Amino acid sequence: MNSPQVSDHPLIRVEDLCKIYSLESGNKQGGGTVNSQVLYDVNLAIHRGEFVAVMGHSGSGKSTLMNILGCLDTPTSGHYWLDGRDIASLSDDELAQVRNRNIGFVFQGFNLLKRMTALDNVATPLLYAGVSRAASRKRALELLKQTGLGKFAAYQPNQLSGGQQQRVAISRALVNNPQLILADEPTGNLDTQTSREIMAVFQQLNQEQGITIVLVTHEDDIAAFTRRLVRLQDGRVVHDGRVPA
Amino acid sequence: MSLLIIIGEALRALRLNRLRTGLTMLGMIIGVAAVVLMLAVGQGAQTTVNQAITSMGSNLFFIVPGATSSGALRSGAGAVQTLTMGDAQAIAHLPSIKATAPIITGTAQLNYGANNWSTSVTGVTPDYFAVRDWPVESGALFTEADLRSSARIVILGQITASNLFGEEDPVGKTVRIKSSPFLVAGILAPKGQSLDGRDQDDAVFIPLTTGQRQIFGNQFPGTIRFMMAQAQSAEVMDEAETEMNRLLRQRHRITEGMENDFTVRNLAALAAVATGAAKVMSLMLGAIASVSLLVGGIGIMNIMLVSVTERTREIGIRMAIGANRRAILTQFLLEALVICILGGLVGVVLGIGGAWAVSQAADMVVVITFGMVALAFAFASAVGIFFGFYPARKAAALKPVEALRYE
Repeated sequence: MNSPQVSDHPLIRVEDLCKIYSLESGNKQGGGTVNSQVLYDVNLAIHRGEFVAVMGHSGSGKSTLMNILGCLDTPTSGHYWLDGRDIASLSDDELAQVRNRNIGFVFQGFNLLKRMTALDNVATPLLYAGVSRAASRKRALELLKQTGLGKFAAYQPNQLSGGQQQRVAISRALVNNPQLILADEPTGNLDTQTSREIMAVFQQLNQEQGITIVLVTHEDDIAAFTRRLVRLQDGRVVHDGRVPA
Repeated sequence: MSLLIIIGEALRALRLNRLRTGLTMLGMIIGVAAVVLMLAVGQGAQTTVNQAITSMGSNLFFIVPGATSSGALRSGAGAVQTLTMGDAQAIAHLPSIKATAPIITGTAQLNYGANNWSTSVTGVTPDYFAVRDWPVESGALFTEADLRSSARIVILGQITASNLFGEEDPVGKTVRIKSSPFLVAGILAPKGQSLDGRDQDDAVFIPLTTGQRQIFGNQFPGTIRFMMAQAQSAEVMDEAETEMNRLLRQRHRITEGMENDFTVRNLAALAAVATGAAKVMSLMLGAIASVSLLVGGIGIMNIMLVSVTERTREIGIRMAIGANRRAILTQFLLEALVICILGGLVGVVLGIGGAWAVSQAADMVVVITFGMVALAFAFASAVGIFFGFYPARKAAALKPVEALRYE
């Protein structure tokens, strides 16, 4: 297995990251808020070209961590630098731009836009980036062809199998040439065979294109496709290192 | 994301929910159609009133016998014939007055060949046609000489002419009024409806003297039914009214403190009242129609709010792949706007069609101007922006992570 170049400057650097959810109490007599801390002082550095699995039981904070890394959510305290930029200093519009240009998302439930063709789904991030419709579609079609879905371009998500939908989602994540792909349980809704195929796609993207991939999973055999394992437990990092064989 | 693409996305989203879009649009269509229709009817009423006023002639006074307000025992206005030809001539000499037209009226049966027709017969002087600004369409008016000689000459209104003569040319023919033969000298140009709704073209005019002596008869020779007086210009109307009052009081020997036995009515003032009433009606119609437009707008807001809630996850996905708040806001705002603009277009067409139908069915004058169509349309767009903004802002304010998690 030939390993891609790993840079010295981390693509993702997280320091003392905490996340506390404040929930309004529904109790009319009691009132007030209930605080629940999901992340405790998480420190993490992920370099370019890494392929990282984040594991943990449900409620361990792995999804919250992913949302923060994906600029979909903000930490309560602590710092997060993406490619050297302090995310806390960015405006809503700049965050949208970061999500658009620097990060590609792949979700467990695929999260494709309904009643829209696979082609348009893949092309949409480019439209938000200001690319013309024609150019967006051309690029989207290239990507669909690369993932072997060229002839499904005109299909709508509900006409595709789970594996095909996830491939469309991966194409969409790649359409803006991001440095980072965040995948939140991308195989959670897929059977074993399809899961392996999807993981092979990720592996290929990491090894051949050097794209940094952070992947949340709770399955050991999925984590085995990656090369670094971060294990969270009750909001704390309890293991960070090689994937056990 | 360019505006054109966002418009495309908005249209696509609306197409996905055709029934809902159609029903929402219906509120807008009805609102805009109602506004256009009501404005057209209101404007039509104003135009009708204005036409009636201009058809009377300009800067006019009506001088009628009797009083309209006074003490104990009174006769109604016109019951006593206190005005004379002499009064009319004297008023005509006032500096502020251009001309006067003394008038006697009655109704008589007219015959021509086998046809007969009952209509109003008006005895006038040649000045009458100048005061009323009423030319002949064919033939000629009668002259001062005809007046002096009490000639048996008649001028026919359009309706009377067609009722008696049909397709024939009446000029030079002889009609009988109360069995006396009269020579038809001319046919008047059409005039249309008067302010009180009478058809002014159903009338005939004969020299005043002929009427007094040969048709109506009169126990007081030289008295007239009423007169019209035309001021030199609009500026001297007040002055003319004062002068006429003073002159007539003097001629009728009315002393200080006694009530006038005549009334001078300013037609411009009457016209102003009529115009004012038409304007108020027009405004009210517009206001009532606006309410339905407002209701349509609230319907849009309602549907857009539902739509935002339903599509929360879609909004989350769009945010995750790079939509900023402005793009989301614009998308939802445009959806509301598209509903309004399409609804507005259909509404304008329906409104114009409805106005046409009303004009045909109820024989009413309706007026549609570009201005009122533009107004209704602008109003519709404003409603769309106003009521679309809140749901759109709500969509744009969603937190990406919460929107994504929404089931």
